[in-house]
Amino acid sequence: MSWITYTRYELLRTFRNRRFFVFSLGFPLIFYWVLAAPKHNQTIGGTPFTWGLYYMVGLASFGTMMAMISSGARIAGERQSGWTRQLRISPLTVRAYFRAKLLTGYTMALLTLLLLYASAASLGVSLSAGRWLGMTGLILVGLLPFAALGILIGHLVTTDSVGPVMGGLVSLLAFLGGTWFPITGSGFLHSLGQLLPSWWLVQAGHVALGGQAWGNRGWITVAAWTAILAGGAAWAYRRDTGKV
Amino acid sequence: MTVQAPAMTEGGIRLQGLVKTFKSPEGPVHAVRGIDVSVAAGETVALLGPNGAGKSTTIDMLLGLANPDGGTVTVFGRPPREAVDGGLVGAMLQSGGLIRDLSVRELVAMMASLYPDSMDVDEALEVTGLKNKAGQRTQKLSGGETQRVRFAVAIVSNPELLVLDEPTVAMDVEGRREFWSIMRAFAARGKTVLFATHYLEEADANADRAILMAHGRIVADGPTTEIKARVGRRMIRATLPGVDPLRLAELPGVASADRHGDAVILNCTDSDQTIRAVLQQYPEARDIEITGGSLEEAFLELTGEPDDEATELVTG
Repeated sequence: MSWITYTRYELLRTFRNRRFFVFSLGFPLIFYWVLAAPKHNQTIGGTPFTWGLYYMVGLASFGTMMAMISSGARIAGERQSGWTRQLRISPLTVRAYFRAKLLTGYTMALLTLLLLYASAASLGVSLSAGRWLGMTGLILVGLLPFAALGILIGHLVTTDSVGPVMGGLVSLLAFLGGTWFPITGSGFLHSLGQLLPSWWLVQAGHVALGGQAWGNRGWITVAAWTAILAGGAAWAYRRDTGKV
Repeated sequence: MTVQAPAMTEGGIRLQGLVKTFKSPEGPVHAVRGIDVSVAAGETVALLGPNGAGKSTTIDMLLGLANPDGGTVTVFGRPPREAVDGGLVGAMLQSGGLIRDLSVRELVAMMASLYPDSMDVDEALEVTGLKNKAGQRTQKLSGGETQRVRFAVAIVSNPELLVLDEPTVAMDVEGRREFWSIMRAFAARGKTVLFATHYLEEADANADRAILMAHGRIVADGPTTEIKARVGRRMIRATLPGVDPLRLAELPGVASADRHGDAVILNCTDSDQTIRAVLQQYPEARDIEITGGSLEEAFLELTGEPDDEATELVTG
């Protein structure tokens, strides 16, 4: 099974890149401790949720989204060095290449979740096992479009522009998805948000707050984005044979 | 050592009527303008030409990294992509780095795992002289060591066709010498090797046959000895009135002789011998100049045209 060896080294490479590893996992944690820890037992005005719980949920969707998309920055670097062209003249299939990128992205996302959960638990946040699992499972599914988006960005932009592109895109998706402020009512932003995968990622986290799991609309939106972005990523990888 | 499976390498490599044009702000760049090449399995062929001759573009098409605008490529009887997927091709591209955060051994093992019939990783490290660097992280290597690792990655796949695009660019003299001796040992296993270079000496010393490219066309194709005789010439120019050019043409090492007024121009295959003979037989000769044809000049002679389009200066 050649792809297992290949994927194993891809994972090893991710863990060994200390700066990437520490910053990727560190930022959501720092955010969490700064925002939530001081008032972790108090409830947020007008809601039944404590600061500790609320920010665990918010940062779970934001942190994992970042973890997934940031694979694009690594891909852009690999293209810059010419390594992607080297891979293109090997029998590595598109499928095996994507699988390795997907698994490294998910590993980072899972570690982000575990660290957040552990921090929250240490601040006294407790949830039923069902809610932890429901939230985690749904977030992992909701991350699929972002895994594809990371690969797509990585093969479209250069290392010079990957920072701004990624930063802008993540901020926009997080904002419109309601990560920072709940977008309520039935206005334009509300309708627009529901068309985005980040909206459903945030909804997945809200399972922990007593929210409903996705209805048909959520599943269809996430599936559609996954299909579109995975198609786009495959297209971008296939055409990406030139020098960068 | 592998035994050749004849069916696998049948047909060798064939490029037929290959054309590739790139768009640029200054108009189209005709990188490759219709080339035909056949390489038999087991041959070692040098693709020789100055920068911008179209060598890298040709190699990209051979490897399936670029689609030709016209013409076809077959590698062992199949399209390049299929040959690559089948693990029959190993290549060292012109420029390129390595991915970081793996040791040399891990990186080579990672790539070896992708091929159906790969070489033993330690053997690949051994032959490329990387044994004592096996544990080093790839980002800590020197330029020459990086090239070695890229070479190890190319041969660990144990390919039937090895393609090398200007492989010795970052190497010092000793590194080059070692590199070519490894390459020749690999070719001696019955492998097909195609390498691009702009050094005539590299082609002469390491290939059975050289294909000369200039301006996207093939200008000569034959045994390296023949090619060397054609492009390795020097010119002797001297003021020597009253001597019949026909007599000069009989001097040792002279291919042809011309007269322009009082000046004679000797086109030499061995200018050292010629100049000795000239000084001995015609001590009255003066204003003697010996000019070595650079490869670029030789190409211009062969193609009989200067750079006819500014756009051709773009590296291909």
